[in-house]
Amino acid sequence: MTSVAATHEDHHDHHHAPTGWRRWLYSTNHKDIGTLYLWFSFAMFLVGGLMAMVIRVELMYPGMQVVAPDFFNQMTTVHGLVMIFGGVMPAFVGLANWMVPLMIGAPDMALPRMNNWSFWILPFAFAILLFSVLMSAFGPGNPPAPNFGWTFYAPLSTEYGPASTDFFVLSVHMMGISSIMGAINVIVTVFNLRAPGMTLMKMPLFVWTWLITAFLLIAVMPVLAGAVTMVLTDRHFGTAFFDAAGGGDPVLFQHIFWFFGHPEVYIMILPSFGIISSIVPTFARKPLFGYSSMVYATASIALLSFLVWAHHMFTVGMPLAGMLFFMYMTVLISVPTGVKVFNWIATMWRGAITFELPMKWALAFIILFTIGGLSGLMLAMTPLDFQYHDTYFVVAHFHYVLVPGAIFGIFAAVYYWLPKWSGVMYDKFWGEVHFWSSLVFVNLLFFPMHFVGLAGMPRRYADYALQFSDYNWWISIGGFGFGLSQLALLYVVLKCASKKGEAAPDKPWDGAEGLEWTVPSPAPFHTFEKPPLVK
Amino acid sequence: MSERTEEYYVPEGSPWPLVASVGLFLIAVGGTNFIQQSTAFGETLGNEGNWGHWVLAAGAVWMIVTLFYWWRDTIRESLGGLHSDQMDISYRQGMLWFIFSEVMFFAAFFGALFYVRWLVVPWLGGAGSNAMTHELLWPSFQAMWPLTETPSGETTQAMGAWGLPALNTAILLVSSITLTIAHHALLENDRKRLIIFQGITILLGLVFLFFQIEEYIHAYQDMGLTLDAGIYGSLFFMLTGFHGLHVTLGTVMLIVMFLRVLKGHFSPDNNFGWEAAAWYWHFVDVVWLFLFVVVYWL
Ligand SMILES: [Cu+2]
Repeated sequence: MTSVAATHEDHHDHHHAPTGWRRWLYSTNHKDIGTLYLWFSFAMFLVGGLMAMVIRVELMYPGMQVVAPDFFNQMTTVHGLVMIFGGVMPAFVGLANWMVPLMIGAPDMALPRMNNWSFWILPFAFAILLFSVLMSAFGPGNPPAPNFGWTFYAPLSTEYGPASTDFFVLSVHMMGISSIMGAINVIVTVFNLRAPGMTLMKMPLFVWTWLITAFLLIAVMPVLAGAVTMVLTDRHFGTAFFDAAGGGDPVLFQHIFWFFGHPEVYIMILPSFGIISSIVPTFARKPLFGYSSMVYATASIALLSFLVWAHHMFTVGMPLAGMLFFMYMTVLISVPTGVKVFNWIATMWRGAITFELPMKWALAFIILFTIGGLSGLMLAMTPLDFQYHDTYFVVAHFHYVLVPGAIFGIFAAVYYWLPKWSGVMYDKFWGEVHFWSSLVFVNLLFFPMHFVGLAGMPRRYADYALQFSDYNWWISIGGFGFGLSQLALLYVVLKCASKKGEAAPDKPWDGAEGLEWTVPSPAPFHTFEKPPLVK
Repeated sequence: MSERTEEYYVPEGSPWPLVASVGLFLIAVGGTNFIQQSTAFGETLGNEGNWGHWVLAAGAVWMIVTLFYWWRDTIRESLGGLHSDQMDISYRQGMLWFIFSEVMFFAAFFGALFYVRWLVVPWLGGAGSNAMTHELLWPSFQAMWPLTETPSGETTQAMGAWGLPALNTAILLVSSITLTIAHHALLENDRKRLIIFQGITILLGLVFLFFQIEEYIHAYQDMGLTLDAGIYGSLFFMLTGFHGLHVTLGTVMLIVMFLRVLKGHFSPDNNFGWEAAAWYWHFVDVVWLFLFVVVYWL
């Protein structure tokens, strides 16, 4: 019994933050782990961005310029993997770590040690993946990194995959374990740790969208694990999953992959929907229009996402009934998505809008994400997709939903909550520079891709026909500009992290609502140890 | 055992998550090198070392030791009364979602089975609009299930359902019943009955695994049913193999819980670890039933 009493006292004594390297490496604190996630994701964002720069340097002019075609393929492959699994997803988990407990009045995440495990798996997983890129660039004999596209279609990844494929398989397994544990933590936190009075239908939408995202993660990351496992056994143990000579089918790979892949794209956008739904009401100074319809729309999008996967495979050969089914299901998704866009606009209608940086990012998100959504609607039409498939039109589409979509959502969140995290206001000048330059360059980068794609420029090639030259030059300029713009974000965040700037009040946005604004800025190490009462 | 706290327990910093990540890293790097250094396909990749298995083994030991210490900490906190009822619910919900993720992992392989069986094999045989596929690729191929002759001409025998597999089904079903009896004994604080019936459950698990190994030996030696005998062999061994791996894990969990029962760790109202292992066992049981019907029987 004495030891127990001692542990109790111990616990109460340690309410100040632990210091030194242990604080970060051994952390069980949702804010510190959130910070780790966000920095990791930023690092991966820069690494993946560098790879994009290599791609754009090569494509600036027709003909071969700086890299060999195989290395170009490795760049497109690893750029995709790093941005998705290292950039966007960990950024969202970091935001969930920081904000979900603060928003629902919980003392921490439900399973704090597992939370830290989810994070620390990631640096090791990416060490494996990125090591293969380093080997390819500088190692003896330059053994290629994964070069089959982030979708690793069989047989490119089975029979023809380089040695690094197997390491890629195991690193994807590790990322999956990390994601699943992170998602379990979010779900349990939301279901079990809400403050008294915080009913489900009172939760901020960021919490709702993350809850549904977590469900998607637990449902589809294991399917991805199954896919990479089959790749591994097809390569080494003679199984015939993706080999027609043995009675399997390479198309089976695509079905399994996209059963994961389509929900995955919603995993990368739903939390941003939640962020925008928090920010727009704050700066429009009006409650969110249609809260419950937002919740139901998110849930419908998530459920429909399990029934649309084969819209990525219209040209692969499928029974007509299958193509029609997947086309109609996909088009159906535009209904709940349209509900969301409508609600954001209706929230702003006759609001007293001000345009602080988080709101600027949110507005850019709404407009540019909608462009990406509309091109998605075009791609959903089976006969049109026959024309667009595997062209730059597809590249334009998914970059519009991912960059000015998902990533602008993350930027909006960073500017919105940075004062709460750091206790100081962000540097307004460099924040504006970051916003405007990102906005201009992201469109210069991705909008012309629609044109070259419609004109037939195929994706994933290191070279192109001469008629695409002018557009590609401008696209590359947009790419370099967008990449450089992100240094402004680095400066803004570093300045806040080193506590330089105007001190932030507890609630820096006068129209903001929610529990996170009831705690001091910066948020103390422990918050809501006694749950608040929510009316 | 002391009274439980009301406060939600947030543990102080712990080294185990980081250390466990190193363990996973060793397993991944060691496992990959081991595979590349020991398979025929691996030889074509030019990985010429012969050390992967050592790193893999080190990683496995590292992981087991880490988890031991991690769970030792957790158990001490639980026995020390630091886990509130609310925390207990967190653990339980976490376990259920983990099992759901396992269900989805199996779903990928079951999905592959249905797709191959209902679509790929008929298509290769010329069904639907695929007459030319059949004609041009493997005109002598006969669509059938189980696929005992692949398009490229490999042959195997199909594993019947009645015999060992049916016996194993009975064994798992009985083990679910004995485990439920043990569960009731735990809730009624009937230590003797708990120990006996949990012991029986563990034995049944081991017997199941023994028969499963027998079946594999029979398949490899007498039937020509191997992992590389075409898609039927692939699906058969991957589904039953992953299931067997889960039975192994479930048995280990039950053994650990058995030792904890002997140490007096559980009470009618503090038994998350035990119930988690029991849920896991029932999950493995249900997967087997599904497997028996669609892999062996139909
Ligand atoms: Cu899709």
